[in-house]
Amino acid sequence: MNKRYWLIIFFFLAGIVACKKEVIEAFEGFKKPAYFPEPAYHFETNPVTKEGFELGRKLFYDPILSANNTISCGSCHIQTSAFTQHGHKVSHGIFDQLGTRNSTPVMNLAWSNTFMWDGGITDLDLQPIAPITNHVEMGDAMANVLSKLQQHQQYPSLFKNAFGTENITTANFLKALSQFVLMCVSNNSKYDSVMRSQSSFTNEEAEGYAIFKQKCSACHTEPLFTDNSFRSNGLSLNAVGDVGRSNITLNENDRFKFKVPSLRNLEYTPPYMHDGRVFTLEGVLNHYETGINQLQNLDPLLQQNTRPGIAFTADEKTKLLLFLNTLNDKFFVTDRKLSEQ
Amino acid sequence: MKNIIVVLAAVALFASCKKETVTPSEYDSSKKAALSIEFDNIVGAADLELNTGNYTNQSGETFKVSKLKYYVSNFKLTNINGTEYIVPQDSCYFLIDEEDESTHEPVLRIPEGEYKTLTFTLGVDSLRNTKDISQRTGVLDPTGTGADMYWSWNSGYIFFKMEGTSPASMMGDYAYHIGFFGGMSTPTINNIKTVSLDLTARGTPKIKSGKETNVHLMLDILKVFNGSTNFSIADHSMVMFEPFTSTVANNYATMIKHDHTEN
Repeated sequence: MNKRYWLIIFFFLAGIVACKKEVIEAFEGFKKPAYFPEPAYHFETNPVTKEGFELGRKLFYDPILSANNTISCGSCHIQTSAFTQHGHKVSHGIFDQLGTRNSTPVMNLAWSNTFMWDGGITDLDLQPIAPITNHVEMGDAMANVLSKLQQHQQYPSLFKNAFGTENITTANFLKALSQFVLMCVSNNSKYDSVMRSQSSFTNEEAEGYAIFKQKCSACHTEPLFTDNSFRSNGLSLNAVGDVGRSNITLNENDRFKFKVPSLRNLEYTPPYMHDGRVFTLEGVLNHYETGINQLQNLDPLLQQNTRPGIAFTADEKTKLLLFLNTLNDKFFVTDRKLSEQ
Repeated sequence: MKNIIVVLAAVALFASCKKETVTPSEYDSSKKAALSIEFDNIVGAADLELNTGNYTNQSGETFKVSKLKYYVSNFKLTNINGTEYIVPQDSCYFLIDEEDESTHEPVLRIPEGEYKTLTFTLGVDSLRNTKDISQRTGVLDPTGTGADMYWSWNSGYIFFKMEGTSPASMMGDYAYHIGFFGGMSTPTINNIKTVSLDLTARGTPKIKSGKETNVHLMLDILKVFNGSTNFSIADHSMVMFEPFTSTVANNYATMIKHDHTEN
């Protein structure tokens, strides 16, 4: 009798454990945080599924996508660095070659419809072609990548699970990568918990937030902390003569403009700016305070004072940095779901 | 003898009757038949020969051609009675590659009839430049057949590519890669060209089931250098990503002539 009693309890507990496990592992797909705007991505042509996401994640971390099977997407987009390349001013790719720009974070890209520092790419699905075929990044030919995947032991069946066919097409390959990237949503910083009324700022953070709203938010618009526009922020022309957006539009009015980066996860993403020339956040604030160069197309928002730039007191800078610290999303940079499995 | 004349007259009458009565119903516009459009690349009066042919442009510069590729798309035909037939877009993108003879004569399916005008796009229309990746198959696959004709870092197709060597070029070679569809979010240069050809002077295609009609076009690549504005290889040996692409596109838009039709 006693034995049967324990047996019932055992199965009851086992049942609970089993149920719990199922709930935790259920795949929720892409979910828009309530206070985020509508995403820009065309989910209607590529709905995120568990199989597609997992396939995309495997591809993202697989060096098979590079010419000599050494560099994966994750090589330059490292999760613990909020999917940037920590310690590198500009991306460091195949055969130890350097690019000309700081690798951008793979974060909240569902809300963007221009990619790269110059916005040259206009559809997330088309984005991976650029690094895969760039001879200083992964240096491969797409046709070769697809044929390597087609001959792989696992990929054909993984594509079948995700897209219903073992035949690995350009479209399905790119859509799988998009599905992983779309799920890289950063919305678990302290700022986010404050927005969800689960937490509150300290007095100093709140003061920093007020300063941010007054002096930064016109370009670094909440809750993504970028308005996805292209602006010239007064950085001098670098050694490689990178003029940014006008390389794409051939429009003189776009010279020296680069995409406004998000301010989320700054703790994990130094160095800063399109060529990684600034190593610290203090350095960034100093640039805006005193380092602005009067270049062609300098953003009007940086020309509202007698001296170009943004005026900050030392106290304001301290508080601003405390607020920026609330945008770091520890959960995002450690989320197992987004890690190499 | 008289009988024979009567018989002959009767036969002649029948024969002529037959022709008259059949003509109006000769075409059944509910049926489609094959029309091939031949893209015959020439240089002045000579056929283009890749790598070996040595040619001279209007600036007096000699040059050879090692690569010539271009997209043609969105074909439309106007019947002599004025009705237009637009070839369904999905079966209407072709990449003409001088090196690959199998690409020189795309075949369209056109309703039976006699046609007076042929219109098409030299390049890839702006809409297709922005389409979902799943709708970029065949010659438009940016990682397959179209890989050589696509800018990965600035989403868009290269409409026209011509490369070769010339002693007039400082570097010894030249390359013209012409793209730009007008921009996705910010307006850029638009180098998409529409070509409309009057077919009445050199033979209207009479499209009918059971045969393939051929419209033979000749494309004179000398016009790339002087179609509307003359330029020299010495001054412009590399034209890819700059406003001057518009000059090259305006030039090559004039290079296409209808030579003849084979009915």
